[in-house]
Amino acid sequence: MTLIIKHARIVNAAGEAAGLKDILIEGGKITRVSQGLANDDARVIDAEGKVVMPGFIDLHVHLREPGREDKETIATGCQAAARGGFTSIFAMPNTTPAIDTAQVVQFVLDQAKKVGLVNVYPVGAITKNRDGAQLTEMMDLRRAGCLAVTDDGHAVMNAGLMRRALEYARMAKLLVMQHCQDPNLSGAGVMNEGALSTRLGLKGDPVVSEAVIVARDIELAHYLKTPVHFMHVSAARSVDLIRRAKKEGIPVTAEAAPHHFSLTEESVKGFDTATKVSPPLRSAADVAAVKAGLKDGTLDCIATDHAPHTHEDKEVDFDAAPFGLIGMETAFGLVVKELVLTGILTLAQAVDKLSAAPARIVGLKDKGEIAEGKDADIVIVDMDKEWQVRREDMASKSRNSPFIGWNLKGRVVTTICGGKVVYSA
Amino acid sequence: MTEWSHRHLLDLDHVTRSEIELVIETARSFKEVSAREVKKVPALRGKTVALLFFEASTRTRVSFELAAKRLSADTLSIAANVSSVTKGETVLDTALNIEAMNVDAMVVRHQASGVPQMLAQGTKTVIINAGDGCRAHPTQALLDIFTMVDRLGPLDGKKVAIVGDILHSRVARSNITALISMGAHVTVCGPGTLIPVGIDKMGVEATTDISHALDGADVVMALRMQKERQQELYLPSITEYVKEFCITAERLKKARPNALVMHPGPTNRGVEIAADVADGAQSVILEQVTNGIAVRMAVLYLLLGRKAE
Repeated sequence: MTLIIKHARIVNAAGEAAGLKDILIEGGKITRVSQGLANDDARVIDAEGKVVMPGFIDLHVHLREPGREDKETIATGCQAAARGGFTSIFAMPNTTPAIDTAQVVQFVLDQAKKVGLVNVYPVGAITKNRDGAQLTEMMDLRRAGCLAVTDDGHAVMNAGLMRRALEYARMAKLLVMQHCQDPNLSGAGVMNEGALSTRLGLKGDPVVSEAVIVARDIELAHYLKTPVHFMHVSAARSVDLIRRAKKEGIPVTAEAAPHHFSLTEESVKGFDTATKVSPPLRSAADVAAVKAGLKDGTLDCIATDHAPHTHEDKEVDFDAAPFGLIGMETAFGLVVKELVLTGILTLAQAVDKLSAAPARIVGLKDKGEIAEGKDADIVIVDMDKEWQVRREDMASKSRNSPFIGWNLKGRVVTTICGGKVVYSA
Repeated sequence: MTEWSHRHLLDLDHVTRSEIELVIETARSFKEVSAREVKKVPALRGKTVALLFFEASTRTRVSFELAAKRLSADTLSIAANVSSVTKGETVLDTALNIEAMNVDAMVVRHQASGVPQMLAQGTKTVIINAGDGCRAHPTQALLDIFTMVDRLGPLDGKKVAIVGDILHSRVARSNITALISMGAHVTVCGPGTLIPVGIDKMGVEATTDISHALDGADVVMALRMQKERQQELYLPSITEYVKEFCITAERLKKARPNALVMHPGPTNRGVEIAADVADGAQSVILEQVTNGIAVRMAVLYLLLGRKAE
């Protein structure tokens, strides 16, 4: 199908294109970016007054299928992605069964293909059944279509095994992504440890639990000259460690989640289980450090850690509730509210964090940019549109968002994936 | 005259000094009821108070039950950890079912912090917190303060030492909040592993030095030390805890001569408090139990009684 986006104000990571352009899309690719394009057979989308950006890429999404289809399915997860402007999403392996064999990778890819909305990249597990004991067959995972591996939900605690994982993953051309949390330090913690957790009588998960794993893995990345990607970095100390490592040229990359730059631990005060997430919401100083890390490039990209849970699972006491919140449908609005309108990032830099940088990190060469020859994964946003986050509007199967009721500015109006319109407001 | 301004009693965070004094004053008049031949007043006749105990408790539950009965309320007691909760019913669902039976108040104890607040938001019934997780145990703190004021008069400038497992103690947290409102100086003391991060932000002094904590104290409050803390790696051994922190007669000499010795119960005699101290002349531990009924009568009355008028 042929598609023309007319009058596009194109913002790539490199900056905003001069003047309004037309974008011709043929065979799922961007074939021309120019002015005055016309094609009689083409469907035309007029982007007048809107901003056109490369589709967002989320390195951190929980789709729950297979295993917990009551929380999310690949279909509803893809719908939520499309509504949030994401055209490529990386599905975490903590499913049942875990994504630890080529067969499960194939299952996820088959389901995603059936849904036919956005690109789904299954992320393999580092260890079989994510239990931290034995490496997965990573060559097989790579051949089946994985680009990265992680035991997300757990850190690989055995440093010797982490070393082997990095060495083996390098051969398999897989990026190793680490969930940084030492379970011995986090214990039964349910919120950030500090004066507030003490006052609320909730068990604390200290920042040092994250920082010790970041520090250890920086040393492994340095020693082995092999990349490590740090997921959902939440603590100021971790940001500092990563900043210093990058200065030394150690090959580490990192992501930040929207809730870690939009909310502080103060949100936990009302015991709303939608605010229970791992790593936990941190102090104002940590939030400031995450923002500073995004600004100076210490934190490369933004990933949502979209983690759906049913109402029943979350409607329990704070200790008993599972960790996680949904994030794909509110991510862009929060980036605009907390980072762009506050002057921390330019819109082009926001595009880098949401699209170009994640593409770079996992090696998706044809994505993350609007240019001739690139994949036609495109998001059109209305930067002036004010909207309210409402439960009933969510495309995700779950509703566990602490942002319900928030007023946001900047709304995805059209999402195009592989040249096909997969969402329009 | 001060008015009680809260619909629920979830914690003491927003309970003012004059409200605490109102509880004390009200409790004082109810204390006399328990000493009568006929231990009953009709203040809450026709009211129903449900006791929802998701965590085992004898003392607090019995105290609330007697308090409600002495005000002529009907009570029903649900040990929820052995009933429907094990069948998968959620806390809120259990509470909604009890509410549907038209009870006037629910007295709630739960092992997770925040549950009373969750029920206050999710139901329309008056909620009284009888202890949630490590967070709050407001009636315990109120009865402790009643006991202190009864014995010592106003607490302004009085030195209170709370000794033991501060980290896991809701009693400590509620006492700290209320004692500071009452003008007392609070020192918490225990092994470094059991003093929570940021406790000083609550306005207390924290120390691992027991003699410093007890030095010149007007009140010494020992907290229950659970044996599991050793398995959980907080303590090398209970024996060493006893050696370093047990309130003994010798250690008590550091405190003021007539300092009150308190304990929220149940005591581990010989662990956090020596038997001779628990039974000694300075001990008001049983008085705390007696006062608990009067204070809980006052709380029930302030939350339920006057609305009927």
